Amino acid sequence: MRAAVALAALAVVSVARADALDELLRGFATHRTGHAAFTEVHEFALLKRPLRSSGELRYRSPDYLEKRTLQPRPETLVLKDGTLLAERGRHRRVLELAAHPELVPYIESIRATLAGDRAALERYFVVDVSGDASAWTLRLRPRPGPIGRSVQEVRLSGAAAAIREVDIRLKDGDRSRLEIGPDLPP
Amino acid sequence: MSNPAARAAALWGLAVLLLLAIALRANFRTDLSAFLPRAPSAAQRLLVGQLQSGPAGRLIVAAIRGGGPTGRAAASIALARALRGGADFTSVENGDEESLARDREFLLRERYLLSPDVSPGRFQAAGLRAALEASLDTLAAPEGVLVKDLFARDPTGEFLGLLERASGTQPPREQAGAWSSHDGREALLLLQTRAPGADTDAQQRAIEAVQRAFAQVRTTTAQGAQLSLLLSGPPVFATEARALIRSEVKRLSALSAVLIALLLLSLYRSPLALLLTFVPVASGALAGVAAVALGFGTVHALTLGFGVTLIGESVDYSIYLFVQGEGAGMHLWDTLRLGVLTSIAGFAALLPSSFGGLAQLGLYSIAGLIAAALVTRYVLTAWRPRTLRLRDLRALGRVLLKWHSRRRGVPALLMVLALAEAALLWVQRGHLFSADLAALSPISLAAQDTDARVRADLGAPDVRYLVVVSAASAEAALEGAARLAAHLDPLVSAGTIGGYETPSRYLPPQQVQAARRASLPEPAALRTALHAALETLPVRAEALEPFVRDVAQARGAPLLTRADLEGTGFGALVEGLLHRDAHGAQALLPVSARGAADLTPEALAALHGVVAAAPGATLLDLKGETDRLYGGYLRQAVELSLAGAVAILALLLVALRSARRVARVLLPLALAVMGVAALQALRGEPLGILHIVGMLLIVAVASNYALFFDRARAHPVEADLERTVASVVVANLATVIGFGVLAFARVPVLAQLGATVAPGALLALLFAALLSGDLRSDDAHAD
Repeated sequence: MRAAVALAALAVVSVARADALDELLRGFATHRTGHAAFTEVHEFALLKRPLRSSGELRYRSPDYLEKRTLQPRPETLVLKDGTLLAERGRHRRVLELAAHPELVPYIESIRATLAGDRAALERYFVVDVSGDASAWTLRLRPRPGPIGRSVQEVRLSGAAAAIREVDIRLKDGDRSRLEIGPDLPP
Repeated sequence: MSNPAARAAALWGLAVLLLLAIALRANFRTDLSAFLPRAPSAAQRLLVGQLQSGPAGRLIVAAIRGGGPTGRAAASIALARALRGGADFTSVENGDEESLARDREFLLRERYLLSPDVSPGRFQAAGLRAALEASLDTLAAPEGVLVKDLFARDPTGEFLGLLERASGTQPPREQAGAWSSHDGREALLLLQTRAPGADTDAQQRAIEAVQRAFAQVRTTTAQGAQLSLLLSGPPVFATEARALIRSEVKRLSALSAVLIALLLLSLYRSPLALLLTFVPVASGALAGVAAVALGFGTVHALTLGFGVTLIGESVDYSIYLFVQGEGAGMHLWDTLRLGVLTSIAGFAALLPSSFGGLAQLGLYSIAGLIAAALVTRYVLTAWRPRTLRLRDLRALGRVLLKWHSRRRGVPALLMVLALAEAALLWVQRGHLFSADLAALSPISLAAQDTDARVRADLGAPDVRYLVVVSAASAEAALEGAARLAAHLDPLVSAGTIGGYETPSRYLPPQQVQAARRASLPEPAALRTALHAALETLPVRAEALEPFVRDVAQARGAPLLTRADLEGTGFGALVEGLLHRDAHGAQALLPVSARGAADLTPEALAALHGVVAAAPGATLLDLKGETDRLYGGYLRQAVELSLAGAVAILALLLVALRSARRVARVLLPLALAVMGVAALQALRGEPLGILHIVGMLLIVAVASNYALFFDRARAHPVEADLERTVASVVVANLATVIGFGVLAFARVPVLAQLGATVAPGALLALLFAALLSGDLRSDDAHAD
């Protein structure tokens, strides 16, 4: 009997969690566009000191994401309809996201959250929500398979319908952090 | 053996057996060989070599349709595995993980021998610093995760550079682990046959191997039942063209034979006479094939197609014999002999043609006509049963003669028409001829479009510009290719050309490899240089120990040879781009334009400049060269046809000994030819080679009509006249049926021929009749 109560309580908790995720994603779904500055820090074992870069992020619902790096060297990365276009100097690369599952944690974590696309999030990750609307954290652990070949987990955190940090932890202990903000005029 | 019929039968039988023995052993071909020059120039020899055995002629694109992306990809992978196990293909590419991984592994392992960036400076402090900075940029980018594991082994980015060069400007799209079309509806495979493009039989076996393997795949993979296979590319076109020509020749010769048989049966009312009519036809066709086999070594399937045309002419001989009857006697043979000689004079003009197909047609027709005439003269007359009672066609002749007598005023009208034709041709003279070889291709435009699309999707567009580096040995050719490549690189960076491929990229000349290997420093020296380079960079030197290890290993590794490339995609590529033959070796460097299919004149000039400065290198514009070749053929066809006309004129002058009679014979023929040309111009269709040949055929066939009218005028015997007119009209009908049927062929060369000769023969008869003057003194006699 006690066990049953405990189970029921657990169920209530997970329902509450699920609701929290729904609520969080609903907030994102109402925002169709976004434009913000970013700073990125790579902390790799082979580096003496972290690599830093900065630039602007642009988003348009549901699947256009642009990351324009301005410092230290200009580079543009555009996600559109599942295709990734990278331009650096004269180099231009087109990647199909579907053909490169290792890139999914870097891209879909952000895109699916911004789009409020719970189905996509749960297709690729085991999702945990914590905190409240003023300071929430999404912990995304890649599901088994090539998606999680190098990524241990992705932690997104923010306030209300805004991501403020994307923390990507790799299996080899390396780490990349993307700090987002402040918002820029559209 | 006193019986002449038996003697004729025995002789004929022997001849047929002999000819059959020759014809059955003949080698039949359907590739481009009929369209290639017999005595090529140096550039043409390169072109012919490329068309016959070059890599372009060996590429098959397989597209798997239906089902879902995963089903198609699974089928693609299964199909590739099955074909790689067979012997028909040197390379099977479909972008599957297995072979991509194998190719990547090769590039990674051999990066210090392959990378053009490897030089002594690359491994000193300054060079290392520059290379590392570029690699750090890549590492920081999101796709850095793809290369992060490699950074410690390859911090100078040699591997990524090689990968980028190898994948070209636009690698194919990938779906579920295999290449797909851009629209994502087909899985695509690129197959390279082992056999050269000119070996149609082997190509057909390779295609059948693909179809068999695919049938197997359909039953063994999930969704297999929903999938279908589409094959495209030169080998497929060659075999399809052969099958099409074969089936069309069969279908159309059967159809015209049936139609002509019905016509003759209704007139002769004698199955035996009908049967006999086809004896000269069949004998002629057989003699034609045997003559071509003896004269050329091989018989092009198209030549068989022209066999259909021989029905149209040789059937006339027996018609003249049967309809004009015994009463015609020696007059018939005199006239027929002159007719055959006229035809031979015309066709003999084709013999010296450098267009192999035309020369074959000339020999085929000459042998065929001589055989048909001889069989008519000596076999048919002997076999014609005494009891044979043909329907008397004099009544038909009488009616025709009556119409003929009412033609007053028509000749004047005809002259006006002729002037109009001449004026039209003069106005259109700039657009009369077509210089497009593609017009001769039996492959439908839709199939050609599909081919162009899937090739574009695969990043393997049709090669138009090819630099050929000839040298004494394969190694020397590779050296030449490598030197040329160094001069092509600036054109690529400047955007003048889109890109190029070269065998020296994957199999650099030994001396280049040796120089690269020699520029790799010893571990101690490399560590020292690294320390200096890393002073200003955020990378820890200890983390790069795998790099030092790899370089040390590469210093001791042997140089790459052709055998090392086997089993990789690059092996097949080098196989296609590096040829050895009796004259030495050739390296091929296909050059692609930027974005568009054709180079701009400025780009072409720049390319020409680079190639001209390289010893042993020739720039080949495959399309331009082919167009020039065809243009040359066309000019030659016109010249030879004119020469044939002159020969016919000389022959008639000698035989008839009267300029007036010769003019009377030739005028209707000239008018008919002009009429056909004018019709063609009115339809807005330019004249191709086969139209020109068709005009020669008009003269060959219709000269008989004109000669019979001429004889009728010269020797007016009433009973003969009616029969003569009837025989000419029946013969003409048979010809028009034969060629008219051909006009509906799905093989353009045959259709062109039919569409020219059928109306031409009809016009020639009309003109010959109308211009023949009064055939008898008393018009009222017939009533």
